[in-house]
Amino acid sequence: MLKFIIKRLAVAVPTLLVLITISFFLMQAAPGSPFTGERNLPPEILKNIEAKYNLDKPVWQQYFLYLGNLAKGDLGPSFKYRDYTVNDLLEQSFPVSLKIGSVAFLFTVVIGIFIGTIAALKQNTILDYIIMALAMTGVVLPSFVIAPLLVLIFSITLHWLPAGGWNGGSWEYMVLPVTAMAIMYMASIARIQRSSMIEVLNSNYIRTARAKGLPWKVIITRHALRPSMLPVVSYLGPAFVGIITGSVVVETVFGLPGIGQHFVNGALNRDYSLVLGLTIIIGALTILFTAIVDILYAVIDPKIRYQ
Amino acid sequence: MSLLEVKDLQVHFSTPDGDVTAVNNLNFSLEAGQTLGIVGESGSGKSQTAFSIMGLLAKNGRTGGEALFEGQQVLNLPERELNRIRAEKISMIFQDPMTSLNPYMKVGTQLMEVLMLHKGMGKTEAFEESVRMLDAVKMPESRKRMDMYPHEFSGGMRQRVMIAMALLCRPKLLIADEPTTALDVTVQAQIMDLLNDLKRDFNTAIIMITHDLGVVAGICDKVLVMYAGQTMEYGTTDEIFYKPTHPYTIGLLESIPTLKTEGAILPTIQGNPPNLLNLPVGCPFQERCTHVMDSCRQQMPELTHFGNGRQRSCLWQPENLTGEA
Repeated sequence: MLKFIIKRLAVAVPTLLVLITISFFLMQAAPGSPFTGERNLPPEILKNIEAKYNLDKPVWQQYFLYLGNLAKGDLGPSFKYRDYTVNDLLEQSFPVSLKIGSVAFLFTVVIGIFIGTIAALKQNTILDYIIMALAMTGVVLPSFVIAPLLVLIFSITLHWLPAGGWNGGSWEYMVLPVTAMAIMYMASIARIQRSSMIEVLNSNYIRTARAKGLPWKVIITRHALRPSMLPVVSYLGPAFVGIITGSVVVETVFGLPGIGQHFVNGALNRDYSLVLGLTIIIGALTILFTAIVDILYAVIDPKIRYQ
Repeated sequence: MSLLEVKDLQVHFSTPDGDVTAVNNLNFSLEAGQTLGIVGESGSGKSQTAFSIMGLLAKNGRTGGEALFEGQQVLNLPERELNRIRAEKISMIFQDPMTSLNPYMKVGTQLMEVLMLHKGMGKTEAFEESVRMLDAVKMPESRKRMDMYPHEFSGGMRQRVMIAMALLCRPKLLIADEPTTALDVTVQAQIMDLLNDLKRDFNTAIIMITHDLGVVAGICDKVLVMYAGQTMEYGTTDEIFYKPTHPYTIGLLESIPTLKTEGAILPTIQGNPPNLLNLPVGCPFQERCTHVMDSCRQQMPELTHFGNGRQRSCLWQPENLTGEA
């Protein structure tokens, strides 16, 4: 098992390197530079600025300079936010996004699996139909529709929750953004969990478990739950990526001081180092998470473990 | 009192296309230590008979009639009461050993949980007893195998695990639903030998569901021949094999290949079983019967009980028909 984990994590390193390389050159290939704007700078000043940020060097040299700094954990200075390094900006914003993202993700998984299982156990009853109808609605509504809707209902009409802001991350400021981020993936997971649980419950080994005289509760928890979660686990990778990217939208709608704002502004300002830094962070998280999913898979399914 | 007494057993399924009667008016009885063979083609209701006794029918299934196990009606029992009988008094092994064990759990855990549940054993005690049972089904390196997953076993070995699991609580009745169908021939023979030995050692009654008459001849005391959910003929193995009186039984026996049939054409029963959703009026076997008469197409032959326990439902009266009606 330990060998499997090490092997799986070792594969992640070259993947990340490829990601960094592609993002770096894509950024460079995009027309314009951080300092081309409506008002043209005098050429001498532009030259000085470009020299400061190493932009006057050949691209391959910039690439290796960047890699060298990255190896030391330095993401470089921001091109637009003078006096700030990318590390500074991330230090302020990343914890916000991480907190809200992980809470959303946790809710997504736990509640999704729970209601999916309930729907499966109550298959073809009213409860099942209600859950599945709600889930269907959740699946088709993207977060940029849900977020303003939630604000309209719970903030503007009912005045229960604040319409935006962060306030140091107190819970009432987190409810709506978390809900907006989680609903779509929660609904998908509930649907996946329901159908896979139904399939497992109809399998031969569950019939065997029943023939052994095991109580229903034991059959569900000990025999059915783990295998039924396999399809959900493989969906966790895409769900995680979706929540992360969705967070850019949601954070903007609720005006949260997370990485979402930097992503949007960075792209608009051609802030090479900031966008690259964010891409690397999110990419690394995604790669790490896919590896965790693979490892989880092996934990659940003994057949994968020994291959 | 018989160990198991089945009277007028019926199994119905409600499907979107209408009601299907999978088993109709089945009667048989089984004494302790005896073996009953249920034979018939696929879809004749053999497995559904077994599932109804274990309470394992699909959700859309209903039962009628009686199945008295040690005098207690086991049909339509609440799940809680059923769980006291399952594995403890009546056990079952299934057709497909490849999928009947939970692939995500160690074999040992799956064995031990039976003992911990029904016998209230602790972990160590259950472990030792499971190892002993694996030894009894002739599993090599049983202690090491406890820690392995089902995919690390061959088909025959998995069926041994299933048998061991079924016998852990020393049940009085073992229902074997085509236990050798999915296995290759040499392994089939080993499993049948094993079942024969275990029957002797544990004095377990067995219901052997099969479509292999060779299996029946080797192990069974009585035989029930089913067709389209109904009894065609029922009697002791000797009677059925040496004095078959039902055209279907005769047809089945003639279709067994022997060394003499080499080169010649193997006799078969022409045609296919009828659709259970749309049974013909009269005898379900009429289309394929070599002795069919006009009256077979008008009325279902009544199940006749003979004095010696034999049952038969056919209008054709062969010369060797013995016993009092």
